[in-house]
Amino acid sequence: MTILLNGRTCELPAPGTPAGALAELGLDPGARGVAVAVDGEVVPRAEWESLALSEGARVEVLTAMQGG
Amino acid sequence: MADIPATAASRAAIEDPLRIAGRELRSRLLLGTGGFPSLELLAEAIALSGSELVTVALRRVQAGGPGGLIDVLDAAGVQLLPNTAGCHTARDAVLTARLSREAFQTDWIKLEVIGDEDTLLPDAPELLRAAEELVGDGFVVLPYTTDDPVLARRLADVGCAAVMPLGSPIGSGMGIRNTYNISLIREAVDVPVVLDAGIGTASDAALAMELGCDAVMAASAISRAQDPAAMALAMRRAVEAGRLARGAGRIPRRRYATASTSDEGLAELT
Repeated sequence: MTILLNGRTCELPAPGTPAGALAELGLDPGARGVAVAVDGEVVPRAEWESLALSEGARVEVLTAMQGG
Repeated sequence: MADIPATAASRAAIEDPLRIAGRELRSRLLLGTGGFPSLELLAEAIALSGSELVTVALRRVQAGGPGGLIDVLDAAGVQLLPNTAGCHTARDAVLTARLSREAFQTDWIKLEVIGDEDTLLPDAPELLRAAEELVGDGFVVLPYTTDDPVLARRLADVGCAAVMPLGSPIGSGMGIRNTYNISLIREAVDVPVVLDAGIGTASDAALAMELGCDAVMAASAISRAQDPAAMALAMRRAVEAGRLARGAGRIPRRRYATASTSDEGLAELT
């Protein structure tokens, strides 16, 4: 399936989950300081393995950067 | 602080902790992490600044995974203050705050809602809307705001834990453009006032404290200084000096001289 991961088109094996998207970025689901939004909604860590992404989902995987 | 005479007033000025939302902080200098050329320099600046509350931003994970920023901040033992830098609407800022809470397990948020690209001045209506929503959602909200006393009071009224008025635009180093408004804000709200943005050098930080601010936030002034670690120490001392001076009570300004040496007993030499 195809999703938009941090603004880039990305192929995930179905069924895609946020955890699968994290893996694409080289992160495991235990990664610290990471948050996930799908289609503009926060996905709690507890749902990273279970939430089924829909085709074309916009997935944002965010972490701490220097700022402020 | 062994070099300070232990009078009751000086002890109170130095030892009275900054209280935000029930948390006590010994340092009255908040540090921004933006602009440091390396994590090593950031770590050194944190140590010398004495800061206990340090901002982070939330951005897309880059290829290769997260950098070591969180590890550096953990090792420094500081509390994270995530910000909503780059957000232009209340909706984006609220979502970013919720993502930060997920990422960093903290309810604290430095709320920034930007209304103008050139000056990075806050968008007042969007800021107030976002603040109200986040307070209702259980966040400890520290809003970056203009130096408008009325807006500061409105932000405090909706439940913000502190207000963070700007001295001048972010990163401008212009210092405090309207000292009068900053002192009015101090009178207008009961929550801590943290001077945020515009600090250029140590004297600006001291001035903020002399005006009655409870703390100072500095980022670019330290991270982009030629020697960030030395500037971090300078800011720490300036914040302490300004707070001491505020407590000590400055002399009033006068138009003409007032001799500090008495004329009594002056010799008649000619």
